[in-house]
Order: sequence, then structure tokens, then C-alpha cells
Amino acid sequence: MIDQPRGDLATKQQTTASRLILSPGGRAATALLLVVFVGLVFNADGAFFKSATHRDALRQASVYGILACGMTLVIVTAGIDLAVGSVLALVAVCCATMAIHWNWPGWIVVPASMVIGGLCGAVSGTLVSRQKIQPFIATLAMMVFARGLAKYLSGGSKVSTAVKQADGTFEYVDVPYLFRLIDSRVLADSVSVVTLIFFACATISWIALSHFRWGRFLYAVGGNEEASRLSGVPVTWARTLAYVWCGVFAGIAGICQAAQEQQGDPEAGVAYELIAIAMVVIGGTSLSGGRGGMMLTTLGVFTIGYLEKVLSINAVPEAWRLMLTGVIIVIAVQTQRSRRA
Amino acid sequence: MISPSHSAPVLVEMSAIGKRFGSVGVLDNIGFELRAGEVHVLAGENGAGKSTLIKILAGVHQEFDGELRIHGKAARPRSPLHATQLGVAVIHQEMSLIPSMTVADNLFLGRLPSHFGVVDRRRQFADTRKWLDRLGLNIDPGQAIESLSIATQQLIEIAKALSLNARIIVMDEPTSALNVSETERLFDLIVNLKRDGCGIIYISHKMYEIQQLADRITILRNGKSVATAAAADLPTSKLIRLMVGREVEPAMRRSFDAKPIGKSQPNRFAIRNFSVYPQGKSQAAAVNQASLTVRSGEVVGLGGLQGSGISQLFGGIFGAYGGNVTGERTLNGRQIAPANPRQATRQGLALLTNDRKRSGLVMSQSVISNTTLASLEQHCRLGWLIKSSEYNAARRTRDAMSLHSASLDQEVSLLSGGNQQKVAIGKWLETQPDLLMLDEPTRGIDVGAKQQIYELIEQWKSEGLSILLSTSEIPELMLLSDRIYVMHSGSVSAEFNRDTASPEKIMEAAMGARQ
Ligand SMILES: Nc1ncnc2c1ncn2[C@@H]1O[C@H](COP(=O)(O)OP(=O)(O)OP(=O)(O)O)[C@@H](O)[C@H]1O
Ligand SMILES: [Mg+2]
Repeated sequence: MIDQPRGDLATKQQTTASRLILSPGGRAATALLLVVFVGLVFNADGAFFKSATHRDALRQASVYGILACGMTLVIVTAGIDLAVGSVLALVAVCCATMAIHWNWPGWIVVPASMVIGGLCGAVSGTLVSRQKIQPFIATLAMMVFARGLAKYLSGGSKVSTAVKQADGTFEYVDVPYLFRLIDSRVLADSVSVVTLIFFACATISWIALSHFRWGRFLYAVGGNEEASRLSGVPVTWARTLAYVWCGVFAGIAGICQAAQEQQGDPEAGVAYELIAIAMVVIGGTSLSGGRGGMMLTTLGVFTIGYLEKVLSINAVPEAWRLMLTGVIIVIAVQTQRSRRA
Repeated sequence: MISPSHSAPVLVEMSAIGKRFGSVGVLDNIGFELRAGEVHVLAGENGAGKSTLIKILAGVHQEFDGELRIHGKAARPRSPLHATQLGVAVIHQEMSLIPSMTVADNLFLGRLPSHFGVVDRRRQFADTRKWLDRLGLNIDPGQAIESLSIATQQLIEIAKALSLNARIIVMDEPTSALNVSETERLFDLIVNLKRDGCGIIYISHKMYEIQQLADRITILRNGKSVATAAAADLPTSKLIRLMVGREVEPAMRRSFDAKPIGKSQPNRFAIRNFSVYPQGKSQAAAVNQASLTVRSGEVVGLGGLQGSGISQLFGGIFGAYGGNVTGERTLNGRQIAPANPRQATRQGLALLTNDRKRSGLVMSQSVISNTTLASLEQHCRLGWLIKSSEYNAARRTRDAMSLHSASLDQEVSLLSGGNQQKVAIGKWLETQPDLLMLDEPTRGIDVGAKQQIYELIEQWKSEGLSILLSTSEIPELMLLSDRIYVMHSGSVSAEFNRDTASPEKIMEAAMGARQ
């Protein structure tokens, strides 16, 4: 062809700045900056300038954030995992039992908890990719089942450091080292360990999605399953593994939850899956699959985390907080859509 | 050919139309006019902006520069629905049917015949059948779109547009999935529409269609209007020159230096008594006891009408229907039985499907991801992707196929139809297959690119690649193939070599006449 692809010229014309702002990442970052800006303006007692505020905002968002890491993997495949909140509770119960009652060391408790989460994910994943049950339904079933299992294993009550003795009395045992470690802060109290765990999970998820063949498969399957299958993508394997990892991340979140509460609560994590989904969606990952990524989700996690913090600093009642969060989700998703149209 | 008098009313008038996507200019100062009773062809290379121009008329793109007048009145279609209300019916290049809904529902979507809100099913079905009949389609209006072949879907797309009874009808590559007889039928309909005073904007890359249909032709090149002239003043050679901006040897006259492959060449691939049961073995076979061979470095063509089972044969060979096949497949002297496309790819097979949107490309992904999707193993170590190697592969594809795209990171959904096809082909070349199966490889590809693909096929052939190819255009089939098998309702009904093949004989065999 005689003519140069017109695009080459066009790319040069497009300024870096306008490209940054129009990219999905730019949109998500704008949302976050907006929230931070609101925080700076309505800055009760100058709270926004205290490092503790930021530490706490991130700490409170971390457990949700860890769930969102797994959720991103699943949503990229055009799926959804509603079970993560229940799996979190199940793992919290198991983890507390192992660490408090059985006195197992951390290096066994942590992998064992992750395996439990992974197994739940494996079941969901198999139902979705082999039995072709819709993700919403398969994981809804897992959500109910895991909650039931958590209640069964814990006998319906919290697994705490008050351990029942043979004579029927309760005796308080020490909080396990693992729990104290996870619930502590490092670097001169400037950052919580759970936040570091979240960053680690986000990094794993990011590397998987953007640097591993498996991640590419997830995008391909989410974007066009039939074309992927015909291109030799191992669709079943790739998709199942997404749910397995989502379960593993739910397991990690369960450990953190147990550590923070110093107990295993079978009622924990109710509706956490919805917050995790909201974080992914605000970041700009599309529920219809094939687009998005972990960087975006991280921005979404920060956005919701800071939103909560800013509202609570300013003593906005919870009722308002919930309503505002709903509005923000709609606005964020709407701007993402108008970009594509 | 009935040509419109210059006094015929002007249906559409576009002046100084410009369109940008972000900072990328796609259309620049285009003038265009459509009169009642004429077929006005829009010609141009892939990515020239043809579809974009008609999407403005169709209300898909609402933001543009310039002026648009429909039926003499200034108009700016706000949405596809608004465009229909203004009397514009469009057959889009990329199908816009809803796969899970029935034929009847798709046809009457948004304007279901009803009494007080209750849908009148009987009337809907009767009306649907009337339109299907006019296109010679004998299918159940209650059938879901997704269960139909791509050619049938395209015909339904046409029926849907015609059923609007609009005076302005836009057809963007309506025949890209149709065979000769279906195309003929469409042309008859077009002649009738012209007589009824409709104006038709027709986009096609097929020269003989343009010759046969066009009253006037407007040529776009790189978003600019290069010429508008009466069809009589634009012989094909001149048309092509204007489209491409340089001389292109017409495909039909090119001579093949390579001699036809002799019997001495070893067999590369063969099937024996091969049957395919797409819906499972208890259901009817789509391919029945087919046998054929492909030698190394040979291009074998498959001809046949819609429903002849060619696509299913490809799918069956490729393992797309899993174990729902019987018979033998041999590649390089070894029996193979790939249970899925993944295994087939590993064993050296490649299949370009005939529907890039549904089964060819991941539209939400970049050019790079799509080109390397089938050969990802070569671009990673222990599962870790080597981006530079992927990038090089995509660049190779871009250079080999003259792909027009703003960047290799661009989503393929933003490429023009022909460029998407090039990406889909490039993906399979990257797997370096032993047998390349091409189902309608030149679908939606412009003359220049078509010529390139012919040359590429020639080159792959000389490198020893074996190619099994199907195309609904008989001249193309005869041009490219060393040998031709013709299929009729699931069976191989004839075999020709270069000396024995003729369009008439191929057509006869495709219709099922005994040889
Ligand atoms: N939504 C979009 N965003 C960005 N670029 C676009 C968009 N739609 C089309 N383009 C670009 O506009 C150019 C013209 O595309 P168009 O689809 O009009 O080509 P065409 O002439 O119809 O080609 P073909 O014959 O291949 O169908 C292409 O370079 C394409 O990449
Ligand atoms: Mg087009």
C-alpha cells in the first residue's frame, strides 16, 4: 500500500496528557483523586494530614482489597464469584480452630487455610467450566454452602480465645503469634501488615494477568470464548484456575479477618463479595469480561477505601455512606462507558 | 441496466462530512449523493472509511462535521432507531442480530405487531415468512439465530432491512457470506427495489458485483473522496487504480509460475470416510463419508453451496466438535485424532473460521494479543510472556499483510473489517502449521489486500505448506486451487484438477448433479 497507516501520524498528534486522562486508568485515577480532594476540603481537625488516617484507610480496605484481587481474575473471564464472603468466613473459622484450639504453627495454618479457600474455588470453577452452570448460580450455591459449612464446623458460635475446658468452664488462651503478627504494624507504625498482604496479593494478581500466559487466556476467554477455544486456548483449565485463585485469595482474606478479630466468626464477611465487586467495577474492569486489570482494581480499592474514610472522618452517618457509595458506583461506571461509546 | 434520470429526486445528500475518533481523522470533507432508483456503490480499500460514512447515515455515529440531508430535509440521525424513522434501512457489515432470539423476533425487534400490547404472534410469523420467502429462505421463524449458518444469518439481516420498507437502503458488504445463487437472488431484489424508486448505497470489494450493479460509483481513499462517476465511465482497471492509488494487476490475469503439483508429491494430509456430527452422534451428519487428500505444497479448494457441510468438515478435522466424528485423519503419514482445537493446533493444523466476529477474534483484545493467541507457547518461558517476542510477531504480521492500524496495541474491534481479517489470518500463520485450512479467507478484503493474500498463498505453497481452502467465489476457487473438490449436502460430489475444472461443472456438482 502506498499510504502510511494514518494511525502513525495520529498517535503522534495525540498528546500524552490527553491519552492519559482518557485511558481507563486515567478515569479510575480521576475518581480516586476526586475522593482525595473531597477529603482535603472537608478535612475535620486536619485529620487528612495525619499519616494514621491513611494507614487506617488502607487497613480497613485491605480485606476487601484482597477479595477484589481474586474477583478481578474471575470478572475478566466474564464470570463472577459471589462465594468469597462465605469462603472468607469458612476459612476464618478453620484458621482460628487450627491456630487457637489446635495450636498449630503459622507455617502450617496459612497454607492449610489457603488450600481450603482454593478447594472451594475449585468446586465453583468446576461447576462453571465443566458443568456449564452459570457463574452467578454456581457461586451462589457455593456461597450458601460455605456459610453453612462454616456454621457447622464452628457449632454456630465464634471460635475465640475462650477455650472450653473438659469441666465445662472457659479458659482464655493467648492470642496466637500468627494473629498478632498479621494485626500489627511495621515501618515505625506507618503501615499495617494486612495492607502489605493486600499489596502482595495485588502484585501476584497483576503479574498473573499481564505477564503470564494464563492471564492472557483469561482475557481471551472473557472476550470471546468460542474464538479462544478454536485458537487452542485451554478454556476449561484457564477458567477453573481463575476460580481456584479467587478462592485462595478469599482464604488469605479469611486469615486476615480472623487475625484482626482474633477469632473465627462464622457470620463474618456477609456482603463482602459485593464490596469486592464494586471495587473491581469502579476501577473500570467490565463485567462483560475481556477488559480491565489489576491496576484498575487497585485504584478502585483505594477509591472505596478512601471514600469510607473521608465520610467517617466527617462523621457522615452510615446510612448516608451507603447511599453515597451506591451513587459513586453508578457515576464511575457511567464514565467508563461513555469513554467507549 | 436502468439508469436513474438526473431528474430523479435526491434521497440522501451529504456535504463536507468529516469524522474523527479521538484525534484520529477517519473521514475528511466527503460529498455524497443518492438519487431514487439508483445503486450508488461506495468503493475503497480496507479502512478507507466506507462503513464509517454509512454509520453516520445510520445514526450509529452521531457526532460528525458537515451536513446531511435526507429526503431533502436537513437531518442528523440521533440513533439507529431515529435513522429508521427517517426512512433509512441498513445492512451492517458486522452482523447486528441477537443470537439467542428467534428469527421472527429479530426481524420485528422494536416494532412487533400487537393488539393493546399483546404481541400478535401469528401475524408476526406470517410476515416473517413472507420476507424469508422473498429471499428464498426456507427456515422456521421460531428458530434461534445462533443455530443458523452465517450465510443464513446474513440473509436474515437483509430481510430485516428490507422489511422496514425504507426508500433508502444501505448494504455494507451484504454478500460477503453468500454464495452465487443467493447473491443472484439478492441482485434480483435490488433491481426490483430500484424499479420501486428506492435508492441503494452498496459497498462491496467484489469487482463483478460492482460491475453488475452500479449506476454510480464513489471512491474513497484514506478518508477522502477521490472520485464520483457514472459506472460506465469507470472500467474496473481504472476503478482499482483510483481505490489503491497505484496499478494493481487484476487478479484473474496473474500467471502462476509454480507448476501444478504433480502426483509425485507425497500426501501431506488425508481424510478417509470422514463423517461429522455437529449435534452429537445420534443426530444427523453434516458431513458424510468424505474422503480427500492434500499433497505437500498443494492448494486444494473446496467448493459448494450453503449447507454443503464445508465449514463443518473444517471444524470436524480441527476437533471443534470433539469426538463427534468418525473416519480417519492422517497428517504426514501418521493417524491423528485431535479431540479439541488445542490438540489440533499442536499437531500442526490451523483453521481460519469463516466468521471472525463470532469465532475468529477476541474483539476486546489488542492486535498483538490476537496475533499470538494461537502460538502463545512460542512467546513464553515457563508461562511467563515475553512481550518483545510477541511484539515482533505482531510486527511481522503487520508487514506481511500491510495491516492498517493506529498501533499494535489497538483493540481489534476498532479496526476495519478487512484489517480484522488480516489479523485473524496472521494468527494462524504464526503457528507455522503443516496444514492450513482457510474458510473464506478473502471475506471482506479489498482488491489490493486480496491480491496480497493470493500472493501469500502462492508463497506459503512454495514453502511447502499445504492449504485446504474454501471460497464461495468460483473464479477465486479456480484461480487458487491446484485441485478442487466440490461438496454437495455433506458429501464430496466431484473432484477436478486444473485442466478439467470449469465454472459450469463446479456449479453443477455443487447443485448435486451427477458427474
Ligand atoms: N470506533 C472507532 N474508533 C477508532 N477508530 C475507528 C473506529 N471505527 C473505525 N475506526 C477506524 O476508521 C477507519 C475506517 O474504518 P471503516 O470501518 O469505515 O473502514 P471500511 O472502509 O469500511 O473498511 P473495510 O472495507 O475493511 O470494511 C479504520 O482505520 C478504523 O480503524
Ligand atoms: Mg467496512
